[in-house]
Amino acid sequence: MEYPEVIFAIGTNMTECHPVAATRLKKAVSRGAKMVVVDPRETRLAQMADLHLRIRVGSDVALLLAMANVIAREDLIDAEFIESRTAGSEEFLSHVKDFTPEWASSICEVPAEQIEQAALWFGAGTPSAIYYTLGITEHICGVDNVQSLCNLSLMTGNLGIKGGGINPMRGQNNIQGAGDCGAVPSNFPGFQACADPINAEKFSKAYGTQIDAEKGITKVAALNLCGSEGPDGIHAMLIDGENTVVTDPDKNHCEKALKSLQHLVVIDLFMTETAELADVVFPATGFAETDGVQTNTERRVQRLRAAVPAPGEAKPDWWIISEIAKRMGNTKFDHFKSAKDVFNELCSLSPIYAGLDWDRIGDGEYQWPVPEKDHPGTPRLHEKEFKNGKGLFKIIGYRDPAEVIDKDYPVWLTTGRRLQAYHTRTQTGRSAGIDYLLNEESLEINPSDAVDWGINDGEIVEMESRRGKIQIKARLTDCSPRGTVFTSFSFASVPVNVLTGSGYDPVTDTAELKVCPVSIAKIDK
Amino acid sequence: MISAKDVPANARILTVSVDGELVEFKDGETIYEVADRCSREVPTLCYDPRLEAFGSCRLCVVEVEGIKNPVASCTTKATDGMVIKTRTNDIEQYRKTLLEMVASENRNLDIDPLAGYASQELGKLIERYEARPDRFCGKQSGKTNQEDKNPFILRDYDNCISCYRCVRVCAEQEGDHAINIINRGFETQISTEFGNDLRDSQCTFCGQCVQTCPTGALSDKKALRAKELPEEIKKTRSVCPYCGVGCTVDILSKGDRVVGIQPAMDGPANEGALCIKGQYAFDFVHHPDRLKKPLIRQEDGTFKESDWDEALDAAAKGYKKVLEENGRRSIYGIASGRAPHEAAYTMQKFIRSNCGTNYIDNCSRS
Repeated sequence: MEYPEVIFAIGTNMTECHPVAATRLKKAVSRGAKMVVVDPRETRLAQMADLHLRIRVGSDVALLLAMANVIAREDLIDAEFIESRTAGSEEFLSHVKDFTPEWASSICEVPAEQIEQAALWFGAGTPSAIYYTLGITEHICGVDNVQSLCNLSLMTGNLGIKGGGINPMRGQNNIQGAGDCGAVPSNFPGFQACADPINAEKFSKAYGTQIDAEKGITKVAALNLCGSEGPDGIHAMLIDGENTVVTDPDKNHCEKALKSLQHLVVIDLFMTETAELADVVFPATGFAETDGVQTNTERRVQRLRAAVPAPGEAKPDWWIISEIAKRMGNTKFDHFKSAKDVFNELCSLSPIYAGLDWDRIGDGEYQWPVPEKDHPGTPRLHEKEFKNGKGLFKIIGYRDPAEVIDKDYPVWLTTGRRLQAYHTRTQTGRSAGIDYLLNEESLEINPSDAVDWGINDGEIVEMESRRGKIQIKARLTDCSPRGTVFTSFSFASVPVNVLTGSGYDPVTDTAELKVCPVSIAKIDK
Repeated sequence: MISAKDVPANARILTVSVDGELVEFKDGETIYEVADRCSREVPTLCYDPRLEAFGSCRLCVVEVEGIKNPVASCTTKATDGMVIKTRTNDIEQYRKTLLEMVASENRNLDIDPLAGYASQELGKLIERYEARPDRFCGKQSGKTNQEDKNPFILRDYDNCISCYRCVRVCAEQEGDHAINIINRGFETQISTEFGNDLRDSQCTFCGQCVQTCPTGALSDKKALRAKELPEEIKKTRSVCPYCGVGCTVDILSKGDRVVGIQPAMDGPANEGALCIKGQYAFDFVHHPDRLKKPLIRQEDGTFKESDWDEALDAAAKGYKKVLEENGRRSIYGIASGRAPHEAAYTMQKFIRSNCGTNYIDNCSRS
């Protein structure tokens, strides 16, 4: 991360959400790298940037199209890379001709000259690196956003090189690992596609059950089918360590879905709002109590070690799940005696982990893929070739968010995290001292907006969307641009996800948590 | 004929002699780095390998042939053919006197190791050199600031030796510039802007200043809560449980209790850095709200604590019933992005092997 010459950070509040990664970007900046930050809010990262594009929420595609337009126009493309490593460039380059910075400016509310400047720097950087977080993905056009970023990197040849690339910052300690392990509806462990009959056959054999050679449904789809009378109805769930009711959009819908299940089992550290709805709740071991493995955002496979015994009778998640399976008559869990046995089975079935086993990962030196035993691991993907051959340019057009501001809901709400709190505060909220720095949630409002709306600093206001309303304390700050307000989803007293949930990305089913038109009003006394 | 000068520096093999041993080095390396590589144990106080060398404590001085006065090895680059002596009697005596001067300000040298990663450095050197802290008596610099009521960082500048590692780590490593040096000489003080509490500065409470402090002037208030616990401190290498950066940490425990966290200086993702959450937000581990026994919902809607057998049977029975009545596509699994691989792997195996579907997801969509 210290190597890029130009850093393009978009939709990432890195100093608060990934502070340690941010320190490495800061070092790159102090070494002389240029940094462009795209964010509606004036975050710490934005304050440190050479150029801060205060984009309107949900308009990233327009901005990125215009940057591609400038890069093509100024011939800052990497012709050799495009020729040897990509496909679809001709169509793409002609597609972006129409999308000038002036056009984008009318949508994303960033001055055209700033878009020009960002594009010129990005195009000229050797290398230029992209960093993004959920500000890119939690939109109905999340996939379009990511593919737009890919297009920029492909056209400038910034992939597979040190200090370049497209670098998503994963939000949870092992969210990468959950995908690695196949806890997704589209892939078996090791990202082996479910839709490929060869993979389905391999896992059917290993697991002793015929498994469908087709994708399953996503969690979002499953929640929509909970309790449904039809043949597709979902009637039982097993939820491990997720406070679905609070983190998911449209809280009321989610709660209703889980309540309609015949059977819900939740495994967690605490009696969360989600566990409250379960038929059976199991106490799990957590950080400092569990031996295991997790993968970080750079695909680094690292060991967790137990330091202290767990409270009461809490047990590791893998043990609990295995025991339930065994009691259903399933014999394929009998050989799991320790975390090591489980991890080694994962390695034996996943080509990207084939060279790893429990005893080799003690120092965290491997980044997957590690295809065979003497392989050193892979710090950079796509170095010589892309996994699927050529890097494909995608033709993408701009579309509005699922809901846009109007007369009734005239303000953009965007949501995120804060430095001192993590998610629903089941952990940070239970740690001494954190309250000294952050003890309540607030709604960040631009001071000029507050004047227009007659709202004072510290006043409790009512915020309403098409799905619900909440009360929240106003905090006036220039961090929010005019017409956009911000809050986090960390405090149960301010359940912001009552409001969100206007739409989902059609490909990934990821919720549009970053954009929600709202109205804000004083509370009548 | 080609002279050594015509060969580019990176193509020549460069060597120095360290206490009589011939050692290769790379262009740009300091004498300290070369000596450290061959385990010479050159003492330092103002040195942190992650920071720009500062050269203020002078403890790392060495003799270099041809140079009259001892040189600070941390700021002097090695050059080809250099003859270095790291431990002559003169140098060792010089270091001892320096340490006695540093310790002369009635400093507390008995610092609890819970105070911070580097907190034992001064105490250990005093011991190693059998230095007498009471040899000199004089004025004291740095005034304690115990009025700062923040719950994480104890600011006892009575123990400050003005090495500025805290100031430098905050600036160079974090880019936060929350603290700086005011005044000179005995009036020297580490302070925030306008002398405010840390909360009202740019401080993010990452704890890096605490972990680099060699004297315990800055200490980990949270860890020190466990000072009186009688057990030995145990360190367990693990990974932070919060975001996806994956910072390597050492969990400090006494008996059955986690008492503190220290960053692993050789952690591949963090290289010694942490943030407020990884550093200080660990009390949830022992929180009274932790679930301790399985719970089964009763007819009246309340939960009843149960033993494992009963709860596991109830869980299994529920899934079997739904499977029989509604078919294999009626059960769904949601794995955690917070639990380890073994949890996610068993979750997906549970669904795939019991139902034959791919009805499994994790929390990454929200």
